[in-house]
Amino acid sequence: MLEIKNLHARIAEDGTEIIRGLNLTVKAGEVAAIMGPNGSGKSTLSYILSGREDYEVTEGDILYNGESILELDASERAAKGIFLAFQYPVEIPGVATMQFLKVAMNEQRKYRGEDELTTPEFMRRVKEAAAELKIAPEMLRRPLNVGFSGGEKKRAEILQMALLEPKLCVLDETDSGLDIDALKVVADGVNALRSPDRAVIVITHYQRLLDYIVPDTVHVLYKGQVIKSGDKTLAHELEAKGYADLIEAAA
Amino acid sequence: MNMQQAIKMTAAETALVDAYTAQIGDLPGDGAVLSLRDTLVHELRTAGLPTRRIESWHYTDLRTLLRAVPAADPSAFADRVEAVVPGSSVLAVRSGQADLKSLPKGVTARSYTESLLDGSAVVGLTVLGADDAIGRINGGLVRGGLEIAVAENVELEAPLEIQVVQSHGQAHTRFPVFFGAGAKATVIERHLSTNAEASFVSTVSDVTLAERADVIWIILQQQGLADTHLGQIRFDLGKDAKLHLFVINAGGKLVRQEIHGKASGEGADLTLRGINLLGGESHTDVTFTLSHDVPHTTSSEIIRNVVFDRAKGVFQGKILVAKDAQKTDAKMSCNTLLLSDDADFSAKPELEIFADDVQCGHGATVIDIDHTQLFYMLARGIPENKARAMLVNAFVAEIVEELEDDEELVEALEGIISAWLEKHA
Repeated sequence: MLEIKNLHARIAEDGTEIIRGLNLTVKAGEVAAIMGPNGSGKSTLSYILSGREDYEVTEGDILYNGESILELDASERAAKGIFLAFQYPVEIPGVATMQFLKVAMNEQRKYRGEDELTTPEFMRRVKEAAAELKIAPEMLRRPLNVGFSGGEKKRAEILQMALLEPKLCVLDETDSGLDIDALKVVADGVNALRSPDRAVIVITHYQRLLDYIVPDTVHVLYKGQVIKSGDKTLAHELEAKGYADLIEAAA
Repeated sequence: MNMQQAIKMTAAETALVDAYTAQIGDLPGDGAVLSLRDTLVHELRTAGLPTRRIESWHYTDLRTLLRAVPAADPSAFADRVEAVVPGSSVLAVRSGQADLKSLPKGVTARSYTESLLDGSAVVGLTVLGADDAIGRINGGLVRGGLEIAVAENVELEAPLEIQVVQSHGQAHTRFPVFFGAGAKATVIERHLSTNAEASFVSTVSDVTLAERADVIWIILQQQGLADTHLGQIRFDLGKDAKLHLFVINAGGKLVRQEIHGKASGEGADLTLRGINLLGGESHTDVTFTLSHDVPHTTSSEIIRNVVFDRAKGVFQGKILVAKDAQKTDAKMSCNTLLLSDDADFSAKPELEIFADDVQCGHGATVIDIDHTQLFYMLARGIPENKARAMLVNAFVAEIVEELEDDEELVEALEGIISAWLEKHA
C-alpha cells in the first residue's frame, strides 16, 4: 500500500534536512508502529505523507498503491484515502463541526466521482460513529475543536477518521495528553477500523499505546532514517532498554 | 472655501459637467430644484472633485481615482432581478421611473421624479457641508428614485427590496424614506450591474426613524468590476428608535459608501455592521460619521474586511458625542483579513467626545489566513479554494449571524458572501 523509497526531505523555509534516506514499506492490512527519540523526524514524516507544504522532498519517492503522490496536494491525498490524525488538532472558530464534517465527506466523495451524501444519511453516519466514540451531541454543535479538552480533540480526530473511511491512517502521537480511559476509547476506535484493505501507521514515543493498538511491525526512526525494523517485541525491547544501544549500533 | 483660481478640469470632471449640460431641459425639477441643480454643478465646476488634501477624502483621492465617467444614457437601466429574500416586495427603479406595483399594506411610495417636478424635493436636496461631493453630484444629476413612508405601528412581514439595476451609463437616484412611530421593517437597498460595461452611479438615501421605529436596513452593493459607485445614507434616529444598518460591498471598481447619522432622540440605538469583500484592482471606501446628540444613546460598529489581489480598502469612522450626550455607549471596531501582499487597507477610527460620562472605544486589527488551520482542512480532503473560502467566510459570518431573527435573510446574505468568496479565493 505504501512504499517510501530513499526519501530525503527538508524544511522549505530554512533548508534543514530532516528526512535523510528513509525506506519503509507498509502493506494493506498492516499496523506499523514508528518509534524514535525526539527530533528523529517522526512528526515530519507524518506531515510529508499528508502533503504539508512547509516541507520539500529533495530525493526519493513515496508510492501509494503503486503511484507517486509527491505531486498531489494535501486535499488530493486525503481524497485518495490518506488520513492524518493530528498530534495537536486545530481549533477553527467560526466553522461549525457538523458543517466541516459534511464538507469534508462530500468533497472527498466528489473527488472520487461518488454522489454526495444526503443530509439524513450524513446525520445517521455521524450519530452512529459519535456514539461509538462516546462523543456527546453538544460537542458536535460547537465550532470545530473550539473549547474541546485534549481527550475530546483526539476522539474528534478518530471520529473524522471513522467517517472519512481512509485507506491509510497515520496517527501522530495520538496518545499524547490522554489519560488511560481516553486512551482506551481512542484505541478501540482505531482497532474497530482495522481491516485487510486498510493500513495504519502509529507514530508514538511510548510503548503504552501499543499495548492497546498492537502493531504487526515496529520501525525505529533516528536522524531521518529507519535504523531498525522488527515485530511487536522490538517495542518492548525499546521500552526496557531505551534507544541508546540501537543508536550506537547504527552509528 | 476655495480662493484659488478655477482649476483645470479632469476628464471625469468635464464628463460630469457635460452630462449636466447635455441634460438641461430634460432633468426633472421645478424652478427651485433647477436653480439648486445649477448651484451644485457650479460648485462642482469650481471646486472640482475632492483630493487627498481634503481630510475626509484623504484615503480616496476622487479626483485622481475617477479617471472617466461614461456618458449619461437615460435608457441604461436594466430589468429587475430576483429578490435577495424570496417573498420580498421589490421596488425597482428603471429609467428613473419607479415601479410601484407591489406595495405592501401600510406602505406608501411615489416616484422621486414627481417630487423633483413639483418642487417638494428641494428641502432634502441638500449637501452635508463643503466636502460633500456625493451630495453635490447626486443633487445636480438625480433623475429619480422613490419616496417611501411606512405608516405608524406597521410591521412588515417581508423585506422591502429597493433595486437599482444598471447596465451602463449613469444612474443618479435618491430615496427619502420615513418610518412612522413604532414601525418595524427590513429594507434591502440593492445596487447591481448586469454586465461588465462601465457605469457611474450616485445614490443618496435619507432615512428618518420616528420614535420606537425598529428597522433593519441593508445596503447591498453588487456593481460590476468597471463601475463607480458613490453611495450615501443619511439617517436620523428618534426617541428609542433602533436601526440595524448593514453595509455589504461585493463589487465595483471605485466605491465610496458614506454613512452619516444622528442619534437625536434619547434611547436611540444604532448597530452598524459592514462587510467589505474586495478584490481585483478595486478601491472601496466606507466613511461613517455618527453624532450622539442627546443623553442615553448607544451605538456599536463592527466592520470586517476581506481584501484580495491588489484591492484597496478604507474605513473612516468618526463618533461625535455632544456635550449634553451623557451616558453615551459607543464601540467601534474594524478587522481586516489581508489575503495578498498587494492588498491594502487603511482604517481611521476617531472619537470626538465633549461629554464626560460616556463609554466609548475603538479598535482595529489586521490578520492573515492561519496556515495551520488551512492545512488541517486540506488534510481532510477539502480543496484549497473551498477551504480558504470557508475560513474567510468564518471571519465574516459571525456578524451576519447576528440577524438571526430572520433566518431567510441570514441564509440569503451568507449565500451572496460565499458565492463571492468562492469566485475570488
